[in-house]
Amino acid sequence: MAAQLKFHDVTLGYDRHPAVHHLSGEVSSGALLAVIGPNGAGKSTLLRGIAGILKPLSGSIGLGGLDHRDIAYLPQSAEIDRSFPISVFDFVGTGLWRAIGFFGGIGKDARERILAAIAAVGLNGFENRPIGTLSGGQMQRLLFARVLLQNARLIVLDEPFNAIDAKTSADLLALVKRWHGEARTVLLALHDLEMVRANFPDTLLLARGPVAWGSTAQVLTPENLLVATRMCEAFDESAAACAVDTPSRAA
Amino acid sequence: MLAGALIAPFTEFEFMRRALAAIIALSLGGAPIGVFLMLRRMSLVGDAMAHAILPGAAIGFLLSGLNLFAMTTGGLIAGFLVAILAGVVTRSTGLKEDASLATFYLASLALGVTIVSIKGTNIDLLHVLFGDVLAMDDQTLLLVAINATITLLVLAVIYRPLVIESVDPVFLSTVSRAGGPAHLAFLALVVVNLVSGFQALGTLLAVGLMILPAGIARFWSRDITPMICIAVLSAIVSGYAGLVLSFETRIPSGPAIILVAALVYAASLLFGTVGGVVWQLFPRRHLEA
Repeated sequence: MAAQLKFHDVTLGYDRHPAVHHLSGEVSSGALLAVIGPNGAGKSTLLRGIAGILKPLSGSIGLGGLDHRDIAYLPQSAEIDRSFPISVFDFVGTGLWRAIGFFGGIGKDARERILAAIAAVGLNGFENRPIGTLSGGQMQRLLFARVLLQNARLIVLDEPFNAIDAKTSADLLALVKRWHGEARTVLLALHDLEMVRANFPDTLLLARGPVAWGSTAQVLTPENLLVATRMCEAFDESAAACAVDTPSRAA
Repeated sequence: MLAGALIAPFTEFEFMRRALAAIIALSLGGAPIGVFLMLRRMSLVGDAMAHAILPGAAIGFLLSGLNLFAMTTGGLIAGFLVAILAGVVTRSTGLKEDASLATFYLASLALGVTIVSIKGTNIDLLHVLFGDVLAMDDQTLLLVAINATITLLVLAVIYRPLVIESVDPVFLSTVSRAGGPAHLAFLALVVVNLVSGFQALGTLLAVGLMILPAGIARFWSRDITPMICIAVLSAIVSGYAGLVLSFETRIPSGPAIILVAALVYAASLLFGTVGGVVWQLFPRRHLEA
């Protein structure tokens, strides 16, 4: 199957310090990939790089012909102003931006799609509520409804199941599986190893650099996990410039 | 008798009719801008900008007299200059944006007052500082109306990105590049409306007819569309009542309008259905579900 994502020796980071170091590889179209690793391993950084919020320090990320704006990206802690006076319906409707833009009308068809997305995440009856009245778990359902409407080929979710209860996680996980069933490419940063083992065919174990990448059973071995936990989190302020050859740039 | 006091000033005197027309135009343009300023937590930025644009408007005023076009252009240039300089200082020194903006607008205000008082008369200075809605000539009135029209048209264009950027800036930046331009266009609209407000209310109170109605609307609605409508309506009502008050007493028109708006605000603060003090002090019994 064709690759949806191609990492060409990607290094991503902040102020020249790498947070993801020399990552190469491909994510095939329609893959369901869990990205795991200890705190500070670079999971969020990698997803931000894919979403186009962070430019690589070196190397490049190929999106298989997609524009950055065609990716549905859900950040770890969305910076949402929940006091803003907007209803659940309108908020979810912003997921149609790529389809309707500045002026496109919200016709009967679009209304039905918005209502269907709200129903799909189990928020029926909340349509006219201001978003400020939602609980943490309901907020996460709301964000999933917007991702649903974005109708993206590539979906990137950063720790979407943090601090939400088992019922909500299960409902949202079912949505992730539905997207997988629709042959969309889905990447998730996750912490819960049991959930990864039970539900995700492929895993990337990240600890700044890639520790292991492949089928989940082969990646999640005690040896690999031990290597990942040994990663040194702190940046070395006096580190020298990275001397590793970068073949993709030399080529 | 009462009806006479409420209507007669406008049927009898042309300058009152002009003033009312100017107030309605100002309300239509300024109040929606004020709602966005408030929701984006920029209420005081609006105030700072009102002072920052003074030297530009003053130079325009000196070059071509009370020509609103020249004053608007000068004000736009000064406003953007201050906004950009404050941004540059913030980025290059690590000083917080509000601190650098405060420095620039104070210097700017001082410069503006200096320019006006060196070249103009004391009456000019009073006019710039406090405005005079009762002295609108045809040209000024027309330009206030044009500014309101431009504001509504541009706001219609940037409405969606502006709303999305206010709620969830990261989302907008991942799906569109409209966020930055929309924000800049919004700042330009703030300046345009402040310059319009100059004529009626002066540099010190120009922002009043933008922010107070927005604050009033916050107490009556939880959704942005009715909020904008309520803000426009309360701005028009405050403007009308302020004009009548100013006509019947000897209070200057600008302060009269803002004082009426402040009274409406106080009433909303007490009795508003969304978070009003009275409803909090005497809560109704909680619901079943």
